[in-house]
Amino acid sequence: MLIFEHSREGRTAQAQMPAALDSADDIPAHLRRQSAPQLPEVSELQVVRHYTRLSQRNFSIDTHFYPLGSCTMKYNPRACNQLAMQSPFLARHPLAPERFGQGFMACLFELQEMLAAVTGMRAVSLTPMAGAQGEFAGVAMIRAYHDAREDLARTEIIVPDAAHGTNPATAVMCGYKVREIPTADDGDVDVDALRAAVGPQTAGIMLTNPSTLGVFERRIEEIAAIVHSAGGLLYYDGANLNAILGKVRPGDMGFDVIHVNLHKTFSTPHGGGGPGAGAIGVSERLLPFLPVPVVGRREDRYYWQTERDYPQSIGRLSAFMGNAGVLLRAYIYSRMLGCGGMERVAEFAALNANYLMHRLRDAGFELAYPARRASHEFLITLRREAKAYGVTAMDFAKRLLDYGFHAPTTYFPLLVPECLLIEPTETETKESLDGFVEAMCRIRAEAESDPEYVKNAPYTLPVRRLDEVRAARQLDLRWTPTGAVED
Amino acid sequence: MPFIPHTEQDIREMLAAIGADSVDALFDEIPASLQSRPLEGVPAGLTEMEVARLMQARAASDGQPLCFLGAGAYEHHIPAAVWEITTRGEFYSAYTPYQAEASQGTLQVVYEYQTMLASLTGLDVANASLYDGASALAEAVLMAVRANRRTASRRILVPRSIHPLYRRTVDSIVRHQGIELVEVGYVPESGRVDRAALEAAAEVGFAALVIPQPNVFGVLEEAGELCDWAHEKGALAIGLVNPTALALLQPPGEWGEAGADIACGEGQPLGVPLAAGGPYFGFMSCRQSHVRQMPGRIVGATLDSEGRRGFTLTLQPREQHIRRSKATSNICTNQGLMVTAATMYLALLGPQGLERVAAACHANTRALRDALAAVGDDIDVVFQSPFFHELVVRLPQPVAPVLDALADKGILGGWDIGEHYPELGNALLVCATETRTADDIRAYADALREVLQ
Repeated sequence: MLIFEHSREGRTAQAQMPAALDSADDIPAHLRRQSAPQLPEVSELQVVRHYTRLSQRNFSIDTHFYPLGSCTMKYNPRACNQLAMQSPFLARHPLAPERFGQGFMACLFELQEMLAAVTGMRAVSLTPMAGAQGEFAGVAMIRAYHDAREDLARTEIIVPDAAHGTNPATAVMCGYKVREIPTADDGDVDVDALRAAVGPQTAGIMLTNPSTLGVFERRIEEIAAIVHSAGGLLYYDGANLNAILGKVRPGDMGFDVIHVNLHKTFSTPHGGGGPGAGAIGVSERLLPFLPVPVVGRREDRYYWQTERDYPQSIGRLSAFMGNAGVLLRAYIYSRMLGCGGMERVAEFAALNANYLMHRLRDAGFELAYPARRASHEFLITLRREAKAYGVTAMDFAKRLLDYGFHAPTTYFPLLVPECLLIEPTETETKESLDGFVEAMCRIRAEAESDPEYVKNAPYTLPVRRLDEVRAARQLDLRWTPTGAVED
Repeated sequence: MPFIPHTEQDIREMLAAIGADSVDALFDEIPASLQSRPLEGVPAGLTEMEVARLMQARAASDGQPLCFLGAGAYEHHIPAAVWEITTRGEFYSAYTPYQAEASQGTLQVVYEYQTMLASLTGLDVANASLYDGASALAEAVLMAVRANRRTASRRILVPRSIHPLYRRTVDSIVRHQGIELVEVGYVPESGRVDRAALEAAAEVGFAALVIPQPNVFGVLEEAGELCDWAHEKGALAIGLVNPTALALLQPPGEWGEAGADIACGEGQPLGVPLAAGGPYFGFMSCRQSHVRQMPGRIVGATLDSEGRRGFTLTLQPREQHIRRSKATSNICTNQGLMVTAATMYLALLGPQGLERVAAACHANTRALRDALAAVGDDIDVVFQSPFFHELVVRLPQPVAPVLDALADKGILGGWDIGEHYPELGNALLVCATETRTADDIRAYADALREVLQ
């Protein structure tokens, strides 16, 4: 049932509202609302029970292995949440004077410093509110850099064909044309194609390393040299930083600007689709263009650096300080890991990914890049199974849900057919990984003996397979008392 | 090893299965020249007990002054149940609901949220949220340029009475797409959009007008007239609104003859803590006819293979992971967890509760106005217009030192809005929500009296 279907006229959660209705008669009648909004009239217990039950209709890290490639679904330590939700932090008004935020600002300042250290960048701004905003900030800084040098002929951003969809979408938002370059058969960028693509029109390149194919870009130094010698800059999409944290730094690879998804590598919760945080780091030459505010320190006091300190800044990306509460969680996580813990993130992310990859290969599944090491994730292709049994990667994904595993990322990257992108993360036990292999083998056996059964999965969830075509064609985006579909 | 479960035996067995000698060998594709030295600049790790001690000390040092600050972020009572349930792991640690069958909880919450938000704004459909109010306005501006097919103009009329930090954010986000933001002044006496300036700005054509209700001064605009005016000129009307105020005020969908085309704003007042600026969420709703131009996630109801109701992400062909460079926006995430909180907040308040909260905010601000005006004859209320829960007062002295002295007494006296509007002089923007009591207001007035002496 929907919360609206529990509603009864005149029912209230009395404890949650002011005791009486104050007069607002001084507001002219023609500016006032004539009819009440459609909100449910329910008791507090009804609300608590309804949303508790809804929560139980979700898979989550706290309840299930969630090997969603490129999303880094690792354990979100509870301490990070509890300590970030202390009342002075929650009650702090964003425009409150700095004197009422020294503790909070110390955390942000130290987070900036730690992120700069682990990424090998000169400075960090924490304001972008998601990875896509971090990307936007990065490309906007590349543009500001060229503009400041009056180098105005640079109109193109180069993006590999395996890139996240946000990369080309971001380049367009920054007013650039997108030039796609292909991937070579071994999973690395086609360096010859890159060499042919760069020129005086090149503003920069957007690259993820390890790439979305789950492999480390081995010729990264050569790529950096090619782009730099053409006068372009390198943008690092930090979606896959978990693979290299403590092992190799994007700054050392030659990148000029990076974003870090704190909701991935730094373990802040995904919240059913956000909030995230997309902190960005820059090399020396992009420093003047950082988005504001940034936390500065003068003697022992922390203060907000604004447009006054960064007159060439690309500006503001939010009204205040981005997703501050997410930043606190990332800070607490970083302090708990410390330098030793951070070095082990990539090690055990890689150990789990390579182990799972080898187990699946030994069980007869086809790897997309069998000659390569896995990074923190890897790709398998189910094209053989699709051909032999008519059972697709999506069918495997849905059936995995019945076995109590969230599905890996399906059909991404677009260039590998029938693929699953699998990222186990460092916080999973060997037993979880073994259980996943066993489930994959059982599903394949089911596909062989009874393909229709797999194609109709899932069976054990609150709903069976949903009609997405109907959802798009007969748009139903809000509940109405009359138009409701029966449960 | 914090949060890593591997035993020595696990590691041995796993390396054996891989056929690698050591964990280091797994990184042998990375050129040796790039391999990092041990991390510098990151301190050694802390146990949970140690980090708790540190964070408790830092939180305590920040204090909790009495707040009369608004300016885009508002202190409201949040029912205890909201965050108790919102931080359940099943909501908190789930990803974007790509696998709909395993995400019915999140998806249904968003569908309920879209229903509430569409009704609150008086429009047909809402998306699953954007990052915050300021970036939502930027997305609304981009959307309006796409959606207005009656003009090729890329000019957007943006009243100067819109929050200055919002205007800067919008500028940062849209400036690369050939969009011109045209500032329109306000009438000094009323604080409302200057109609003559509007007419002048409209002479060369424009795609949309942004109508703030209330505006940054807390003043209520003649939203209906402005909306009709924009439509007569062939432009779209974007309402930038406060969601609490909508319990009292005419919703954007009912402004004027035809209503606004797009509404957006900051969702923080709906159950989201101030938290130093975020995470909040931006909301957006629009006419059904514009839904394919709307950015961000949208959830729809559908049926499963047995005819039961279920929910799924829909209209995904608008989005970056399908359309890539032709997407409506690069946005991927919404602010799902904040929307979960807002949905519970609105369910707990109901239509009656939200109206009482809004009316209490308004009444308390009226009381604050009277209390501050009574402090001295030389304190003026700057604009003689209807307001919601904020207003601008002019002090007889520069604002910054006064705020500093009030802070010494544990009071956040408001926002130094004159810094952004020098023409207003020693102007202070104050706010009193339903959380301020008569005693709080008296304490503020008494403190101000002492400070001004």
